[in-house]
Amino acid sequence: MLMFAFQQTSAVADHVPLLPYLLIVLGLVAALLTLPLLLGRKTKNAVKSASYECGVAPKGSARQRFSVHFYLVAVLFILFDIEAVFLFPWALNIQGLGLAGFVEAVVFVAVLGLGLGYAWRKGVLDWQ
Amino acid sequence: MSDTQVYYLAFLVKLLVVFTLAVGLVPILVYAERRVSALMQFRWGPNRVGPFGLLQPFADMVKLLCKEDLVPERASKVLFTIAPALTCIPPFLVMSFIPVAPSFALAGREMKGVVVDSPVGILLLLALSSLTVYGLAIGGWASNSKYSLLGGLRSSAQMISYELAMGISVLAVLCVSGTLNLSEIIYRQTQFFGYDAQSGNWAGWNIFAQPLAFVIFLVAAFAETNRLPFDLPEAESELVGGYHTEYSSMKFSLFFMGEYIGMVGISSVLVVLFLGGWHFPGMNSLGVQPGTLPFTLLGLLVFLAKIGVLLFFFIHVRWTLPRFRYDQLMRIGWKVLLPLALLNVLVTGAVVAGS
Repeated sequence: MLMFAFQQTSAVADHVPLLPYLLIVLGLVAALLTLPLLLGRKTKNAVKSASYECGVAPKGSARQRFSVHFYLVAVLFILFDIEAVFLFPWALNIQGLGLAGFVEAVVFVAVLGLGLGYAWRKGVLDWQ
Repeated sequence: MSDTQVYYLAFLVKLLVVFTLAVGLVPILVYAERRVSALMQFRWGPNRVGPFGLLQPFADMVKLLCKEDLVPERASKVLFTIAPALTCIPPFLVMSFIPVAPSFALAGREMKGVVVDSPVGILLLLALSSLTVYGLAIGGWASNSKYSLLGGLRSSAQMISYELAMGISVLAVLCVSGTLNLSEIIYRQTQFFGYDAQSGNWAGWNIFAQPLAFVIFLVAAFAETNRLPFDLPEAESELVGGYHTEYSSMKFSLFFMGEYIGMVGISSVLVVLFLGGWHFPGMNSLGVQPGTLPFTLLGLLVFLAKIGVLLFFFIHVRWTLPRFRYDQLMRIGWKVLLPLALLNVLVTGAVVAGS
């Protein structure tokens, strides 16, 4: 069904209308970004252009180390997102694939489920 | 005018209608949000500018345009400037993939109720909605402020976590509808509830075939748009303003435009995937001929009414529920929604493959 749709119409031609739409959107955003430069006040002083820390003078840089948890979550995300991408063709053709296809999908999900279980046990998903 | 010219003129009109829909709903939503919250807290809300305060959003916009555009001394200037644009543009583009109305015949050709009728619409929607993360993460980092950095990090971790559950809940819908094309998905939901007489496939609204996927998608939608109860990236009481602490003037409001258009976009996706798009029960017995312009406009009205209900729900929830703690947020995303979504896909697969 999907392959048929691809053969009938050029996939590129379907997306051409995005171009004028994108131009309108870019125009609006560019206008909104430049207008305040023309209309707004321009006064500068050291305190005003310092970064905001609730009124206290900013101490040190904000470019410091942060929790490794964020990296772990990102890695897990990539794993499971790729899993979802692999499952899309299966979900589309499920009626033609029948029981054999379903069993393969179950095995595939189970392997990744094991991975999730491992991360779970290791405490990757717990915050403090 | 020749037929081709008529067709392209109508196409331009359609383009502008969809664009106006995306932009025009923002001030309406801002106004609705403030009035509904006032109603729920026994206040008046904005009621001074224009009749019932209706012109308040426009006054705010003029004010924001005339504000000083402040860039902090230590910020990365270029990234600081493009981050608001990066958050604002993807939700706009999402709207161009949404079939907001049925197609009608014009000058011997079919005029579709969608700007870009992509054969892989759902994949593009998922891709676009994850692009928003870049704007928030870059904006938070480029500000070179501790609150902004924390807000940006939190929001990127939150959005990617809930995107998983969202993507996998969509899989279950695909098992039922069997296509990635959004218009096609709507055309498969012609009835309110029931099976197609000829093929025996499900032809009702997908919410009845996939209630669990709907709930998972709805919860993930709140997290994706950074709305309460998932508004940790900008938790005012902990992080000042989160990733947009350092932003002022129109850059600041571009973040807000992005959030509100994102709400419109995600409500539209919910309507397309689960709530039958522009269908409603008894639509064909009204005497309006399908495939004509009046039918298209009727469909557009139905679609707007449906996203209106969902948007009201978004606002109502914001002023009803308290905010989650960050560990609770991550626990719901990874330990509840993700396994539930996977299970839902497998159960759906078993039922569809077995039938």
